[in-house]
Amino acid sequence: MNPHDPSPLWLHGARVIDPATGRDEPNSDVFIRDGVFVEKLTAEEQTRARKINATGLVAFPGLIDLNCRLGEPGQSARETILTGTLAAAAGGFTTVVTMPDCKPALDNVGTLQLLREICARDARVRVLPTGTLTKGHEGKALAPLGSMKKAGVVAVTDTTSGVQNNEIMRRALEYAAMFNLVVLDHCQDSSMTEGAQMHEGAWSLRLGLRGSPRAAEEIVASSDCVLAELTKARIHLQHLSSGNTADIVRRAKSRGSKLTCEVSALHLLLNDGALENYDTRLKLNPPLREESDRQKLITAVVDGTIDAICSDHSPCTATEKDCEFDLAPFGAASLETTFAAAYETLVLSGKADLPLLVARFTTGPARVLNLPYGTLKAGASGDVVLFNPQTSWTVTPATLFSKSGNNPLNGRTFQGRIQQSFVGGQQVFSVS
Amino acid sequence: MALQDTWTKKDLTGIADLTRAEIEFLFTQADGFLPALAPGKGLDLMRGRTVVNLFLEPSTRTRTAFEISAKKLGAEVVSINTTASSLVKGETLRDTAENIRAMGVDAIVMRHSSAGAARYLGKALDISVINAGDGAHEHPTQALLDAFTLRKHFGKLQGLKVTILGDILFSRVARSNILCLSKLGAEVTLAGPATLVPAALQEAFPQVRIIHDLKEALTDCDAVMLLRIQHERQTTTHFPSLAEYTSQFGLNAERAAWLKPNTIVMHPGPINRGVEVESEVADGPRSVILEQVHNGVAVRMAVLHLCTRAISR
Repeated sequence: MNPHDPSPLWLHGARVIDPATGRDEPNSDVFIRDGVFVEKLTAEEQTRARKINATGLVAFPGLIDLNCRLGEPGQSARETILTGTLAAAAGGFTTVVTMPDCKPALDNVGTLQLLREICARDARVRVLPTGTLTKGHEGKALAPLGSMKKAGVVAVTDTTSGVQNNEIMRRALEYAAMFNLVVLDHCQDSSMTEGAQMHEGAWSLRLGLRGSPRAAEEIVASSDCVLAELTKARIHLQHLSSGNTADIVRRAKSRGSKLTCEVSALHLLLNDGALENYDTRLKLNPPLREESDRQKLITAVVDGTIDAICSDHSPCTATEKDCEFDLAPFGAASLETTFAAAYETLVLSGKADLPLLVARFTTGPARVLNLPYGTLKAGASGDVVLFNPQTSWTVTPATLFSKSGNNPLNGRTFQGRIQQSFVGGQQVFSVS
Repeated sequence: MALQDTWTKKDLTGIADLTRAEIEFLFTQADGFLPALAPGKGLDLMRGRTVVNLFLEPSTRTRTAFEISAKKLGAEVVSINTTASSLVKGETLRDTAENIRAMGVDAIVMRHSSAGAARYLGKALDISVINAGDGAHEHPTQALLDAFTLRKHFGKLQGLKVTILGDILFSRVARSNILCLSKLGAEVTLAGPATLVPAALQEAFPQVRIIHDLKEALTDCDAVMLLRIQHERQTTTHFPSLAEYTSQFGLNAERAAWLKPNTIVMHPGPINRGVEVESEVADGPRSVILEQVHNGVAVRMAVLHLCTRAISR
């Protein structure tokens, strides 16, 4: 990492996009002084500023990821805070929200403090931890939400375990609401997905793999709508995979529900046909579903039903994924490729413009957790990225900072690349 | 007309990978091997070669058939029987297979409980990998011997009507047969309870016809393939009981009377007598079950020969 540079930062000549203010200006400037955005620099400050010629590039707020795993504590063979946040920076993410299903689980203040110590030492971007909703994310007894909130969790979730019991979920929601904690819910009725390896459909039947039906997600998403109304708690649905779930959220929102939701870029890019050759890197939970789901999810991103696009970065070692499909762990590494994948799916395809895409990575996730980031407004933390839409690049191990070995887009060529990332005005990534 | 020798594959992991020409060429090879099945006969095409049967799921019939096939070709055979789960505890499949390969083996015949396992191993190794069943995915040699048997009986498969009856959902035999029979021009009907023959199969295999009415499924077909009802795979949610299955879909003499006079009855074995088929049908004149077993050796000889030959070429 470069040593801290106290001089002001001046990005000059970029197209500047800030969805929070509706700003989209060609050939414009971004100024950062003392770690925060400012409207201008004095003549004296300009002379000693680090001036970056950003002609031909696009500047927008550093991206926010609502769903990733960074290995530590406990799974440093897969990822570390250092490698994970380097990967985040390379992907344009300057704020990442981490899942609590590390080992040991983040269900207590002590483990949380351990994570914060590691982050203070190693993190290159802002890491916002979540805690579990129940102890050990076992869905039985509530975790100490109040103490964890005080110790810095930004939300609570049982992640892929999900809470299967409606009574426990109801009480958890009521209790979390008291602390203004958003509950992130991975929607999966596990009674319907025992042994499931992929989406239940034509491909699972051809491949002979156990399928996870859409209904397993839709049932829980539906009950979340009901429970959100009952408890007045804030629920955020994680990584939608079924097109029908997007319809369920759309209907809830139209009735005034504060429900929010996200989708991973991989679910926007690929469908279940990608599993034709049993690529274990694409074994995801929730699974990649059918093309009709993918199209519905894209529509829901564009119309705002889906608030945020996330990475759902779930690092595994290459060895863990080098096995029979049934035995491989779920999850894909994706931090470095998420924005590029979403850019291809939405912008290059003509389905959305760049400001809308940036909004789903900035204002959208910021609103979900009421975060002060994701904007270039004066006074906000100087988190900004420079994106080069002209360049194409091929994902190779050399372009990946993540320690993991399970990025399924390795080898793929993308148009448009994050060129530089800054956190508080300090450079955390630059294409070499 | 002599068929062109088109075989270049070192592995047989699924029917999905085969062309019609490859299947037909393999059948001519199998035809040529039939005389070697007589007692006291054998060939030496694979003399000096070693085949390992790596069976990570219980099997007697298929393993034995592969052993005999390899021995009839003059190969040495070693069989390893364990379960995938005990393997997982100590060693990965790749490690196990690379160790076997390092001992100078020419081919691995594998049965595994995980779908896709044979394809995975075939890519990992430079020796032949033959799929003897991978989870609910494929069991290609079973489908080949079934089609070979049908061809012996009817001369050709083009236009032949074949009904596959029973547990399609969990059956690798069904999947391989759907693909194999379709490639050879037969018309496939899938029959059985809706939970085991889900409507989505139509989307997965657009060429098949799905029927839940047993009489309709049986009256028009030239062959009926019964599938073993596998207690170990079906949870109680897929049908109420074996007795209920038998009462609705079991093939007995009364129902066999719905079949056309020349229709044959097939079964990949082992048979659950009194469950999917009554003894009077299994042992009756329509049954070709033991012919299937016999042909299976010749077909597996052809598979072993062609795949290992592909490497030495």
